[in-house]
Amino acid sequence: MSPREIFALRDHLGAELTGRTLSDAHTCVSLTDILSQTVLGGRLRELSGRSVLLKLSDQLRSGLAMIELDGIARRMLLCPPDLNPAHLDALIADAGIDAVVTDEPDRWAGSGIALIVTAQLPLVSTAPAKTERATEWLMLTSGTSGVPKIAGHTLEALTGAIVAEGPARGPAPVWATFYDIRRYGGLQIFLRAVLSGGSMVLSDPHEALGDHVARLKARGVSHISGTPSHWRKLLMSGSAAQFTPAYVRLSGEIADQAVLDGLKAAFPNSSVGHAYASTEAGVGFAVNDGLEGFPADYLGNRNGVEMKVVDGSLRIRSTRTAHAYVGRNAAALTDDDGFVDSGDIVELRGERYYFVGRRGGIINIGGLKVHPEEIEAVINRHPDVRMSRAKSRKSPITGGIVVADVILTEGTDPARAKEIRDQILERCRAQLASHKVPVVIRFVEALDVTPAGKLARTDA
Amino acid sequence: MSVRSKVIDAIQQIAKEQHVTLPALSDDLSLHETGFDSLAFAILVARLEDETGVDPFTISEDAAFPATVGDFVRAYENVPA
Repeated sequence: MSPREIFALRDHLGAELTGRTLSDAHTCVSLTDILSQTVLGGRLRELSGRSVLLKLSDQLRSGLAMIELDGIARRMLLCPPDLNPAHLDALIADAGIDAVVTDEPDRWAGSGIALIVTAQLPLVSTAPAKTERATEWLMLTSGTSGVPKIAGHTLEALTGAIVAEGPARGPAPVWATFYDIRRYGGLQIFLRAVLSGGSMVLSDPHEALGDHVARLKARGVSHISGTPSHWRKLLMSGSAAQFTPAYVRLSGEIADQAVLDGLKAAFPNSSVGHAYASTEAGVGFAVNDGLEGFPADYLGNRNGVEMKVVDGSLRIRSTRTAHAYVGRNAAALTDDDGFVDSGDIVELRGERYYFVGRRGGIINIGGLKVHPEEIEAVINRHPDVRMSRAKSRKSPITGGIVVADVILTEGTDPARAKEIRDQILERCRAQLASHKVPVVIRFVEALDVTPAGKLARTDA
Repeated sequence: MSVRSKVIDAIQQIAKEQHVTLPALSDDLSLHETGFDSLAFAILVARLEDETGVDPFTISEDAAFPATVGDFVRAYENVPA
């Protein structure tokens, strides 16, 4: 019996590498001959079978290191840029880290970790390596306070949705994302670029949005993904003009009808789709009919992804989910039947399920549970609103009341604020139960977005 | 504008929004008889806090919730400046 054949990233980069690039705001790396070049100073052999912490200050070297390490290291833990340094020791212990790939070797000198490898550009020549094993990919969950959880994936699970969709038709895509590729949403796009024969343009947290979009245009980006908050920010900036991607993708937060319509108006020739995925549950599905929510017949078994709704929450079982939380005190990732409980609450209306919010994000109004997202969805449908955030405010009478911060669309006459406020309230009263209607509406210039690209909900 | 007229204005504004038909607002009218439910009162207290900067029911630990419109108005009038 021969062992099952293992594919690593390098095995997807065998043919047709010419003309493909991986670039950020400063550097453009050609993927031609990438397999005979190294970002690790030629020290890949030393990392064979190791549990490697990938702790780099930029995405470009991170991506190149992933290509080299996959299939060689035992596991690699991807550190997103906003990782709280105070959590590193706990993560290193839980993941059994015995090697670090870094661009700041001095900081690791006294760490007690024996093997420190410096990632550096420009690339230098090396002999191509051969895949030895299926490397475990460790990713950190976002949105939790305290030490993030470590979700364990395989490349096969991470790329399940990409392989299922098959190769892209037409010319090789140039992918971009507003996400960081060291988070699940961004990594999906990086893997798509590697597997689909295309190129990828990375984001840069220090770059102004207008400059970023100029770079996307200059590099000919055709496929691009981000959270609804990322996209609303782009629509507000006025930078979207003359940018003409073929495919616009949303994920990571609820894509409401207002943002889908806003993107369709801004990119009339693009296909606009939203995808449902999470670090734990993997890629669930994509919706490409331009409507919010998803068809009710997505439940059940569809393309190898099984979904059901239990107590209002979407549960997913497929080969694309993470296989476990990693660490000494790690909780179970799935229920007894192997389903991941997403904690995303859905509601059936007619033939479609709609996302109403996160189970953990419920605010309590006089004993009644309210999802801020369902209020925001009503507010966002007002044509003069670009983005909103509902939250609870303490009340001595009911414990909490709903208040909302609203960003108006660019160019709205401030003199109309009162009229718009009244119209928003009228819509809320018509469509929401009375305890969900905001008591106070404040017009603001900006709303906080987390490093993971999601609307900050600090009080939730 | 006096504190009293601010409070009365806010009550009338919220009554309009909540489709509550108010009886004549005399000082001895019980709050129950205004037709306001607890949500309407929560809205009233939040609006008044935004307007006046005070929430007398949260500041004072032992303040019993007022029983009449007069009590309610006085709670705002008696807040130390």
